Amino acid sequence: MTENMKTQKTAPPIQVKRLRKSFGEQKVLDGVDLEVKPGETLSVLGQSGTGKSVLLKIIVGLQQPDSGSVCIQGSETVGLSRNDLTEIRKKIGFLFQNSALYDSLTVEENVAFPLERLGNMTVVERKKRVRELLSTVGMEEDLDKLPSQISGGMQKRVGLARAIALSPDILLFDEPTAGLDPITASEIDGLILKMRKERNIASIVVTHDLPSARAVSDRLAVMRKGRILLQGSFKDLQESKDEFVVQFLNRGE
Amino acid sequence: MSLSATADLNAGRKTGLSAIPNSLFHSFEWFGELGSFCFQLARAVFSLPYEGKEFAHQLDELGSKSLPLVALAGGATGVVLSLETHDTLVHFGARSLLPALLVVSIIKESGPIITALIVSGRVAAGIGAELGAMKVTEQIDAMEVSAVDPYKFLVATRVLACVLMLPLLTLIADFCGVFFGWVTNTLTQHISFTLFITDGFKNVTFSDFLPSTFKTAAFGLIIGLVACFQGFRARGGTEGVERAATSSVVLSSLFIILADVLLVRLIQVLFP
Repeated sequence: MTENMKTQKTAPPIQVKRLRKSFGEQKVLDGVDLEVKPGETLSVLGQSGTGKSVLLKIIVGLQQPDSGSVCIQGSETVGLSRNDLTEIRKKIGFLFQNSALYDSLTVEENVAFPLERLGNMTVVERKKRVRELLSTVGMEEDLDKLPSQISGGMQKRVGLARAIALSPDILLFDEPTAGLDPITASEIDGLILKMRKERNIASIVVTHDLPSARAVSDRLAVMRKGRILLQGSFKDLQESKDEFVVQFLNRGE
Repeated sequence: MSLSATADLNAGRKTGLSAIPNSLFHSFEWFGELGSFCFQLARAVFSLPYEGKEFAHQLDELGSKSLPLVALAGGATGVVLSLETHDTLVHFGARSLLPALLVVSIIKESGPIITALIVSGRVAAGIGAELGAMKVTEQIDAMEVSAVDPYKFLVATRVLACVLMLPLLTLIADFCGVFFGWVTNTLTQHISFTLFITDGFKNVTFSDFLPSTFKTAAFGLIIGLVACFQGFRARGGTEGVERAATSSVVLSSLFIILADVLLVRLIQVLFP
């Protein structure tokens, strides 16, 4: 086993150090440190506009930080070329806030899209794999529908099936339950837990949905003004005397 | 250009460069981003694997579906040229020159520029709106994180389809222009199509026909490049999509007219 492979095996799936990002005068991330262990789900909580989604986009290389470091399984991703980033991205699945399904493609084609280009599969194998993935998220009946013909909750399910298509080691969820009714939100929580249980995937869930964060997380981190204010279990958060955390947990009361 | 880089520019404006108007900064910024976009496009075009299925789809979408509009515009141009020049030529007793005048004006200028402007209106708006909508709904980001290169799948296929289809569509416009020019002419005084074509093409050489037709490949490059670029720059919901679609048409039409001036002069120098 090479030194590099050993490092990758022992390194945490996601490690973020002193991450800073500003848009003009506005500091969005101001020295964020995070680490996610193998098979662990970390929820990042915070008010809207505190840089949670920017954090995810930097982790996956869609945006570049002003400074700091992001390591995926021990490999630094900041400043990588497009080709090197592509290799890293094969290990990461991303569920977007609005699912971001390709609206000109059917449900089946959406899930098949990354497999067609990177899966090295025959047509028959690919079709079988797509059906398996859609069955995992309970969408095997709607193969031929367009994204506009299915509900928001169903779009999230298809988005999740597409995110896990390349069997990633890491999953990033950007507001997975935003805009969903409580029952559908709970179903999405169930799927996130299922991913962790069946595939041992390390995940970051960015959300401001407290019940959802409590249901899916091993650990929670509260963000405020571009910094991590507190990290710990839900019990740690409840016991915190910090005014912002107390206010956040009590829905601003 | 990233938001932080834009912020640096803003800072520059505030400190020592306040005399330079904002529009000039925006122009530099636009051309800088376009240069980077062209680099990404070149990388996507010259690297394997190719998106053959999507390219074929774009050939149909951008080329075949523009055909009726281009044929109609070409035909109308032939009719108008025939009507406008007929009386003047008759007045000077040079009616026999009408086929040659019509053919030369259509194949050297009217056909190519009308085709490019019609395709610019139809295709650039479509690409700008489609890619703009994909950008603001994060579909392009989703493609990136799926480890699929959007420059390869979305940009290279559309730009190459435009480059390939423009000369072919120009041939259709040229044919329709000449044919309907003959129809208009023969309605006033009968002349056989064979005689009209023989007269019309008597003094036309390949150096008249080929450069004028193939210069439209450059127009296709402008349409595809500008429309994809404006689509990728879309920000801020439906308003951003509308801006991307409008600016795609306006800028590509403007650049086509400017490029035409340069290319006509270049063709005159290279094919005297």
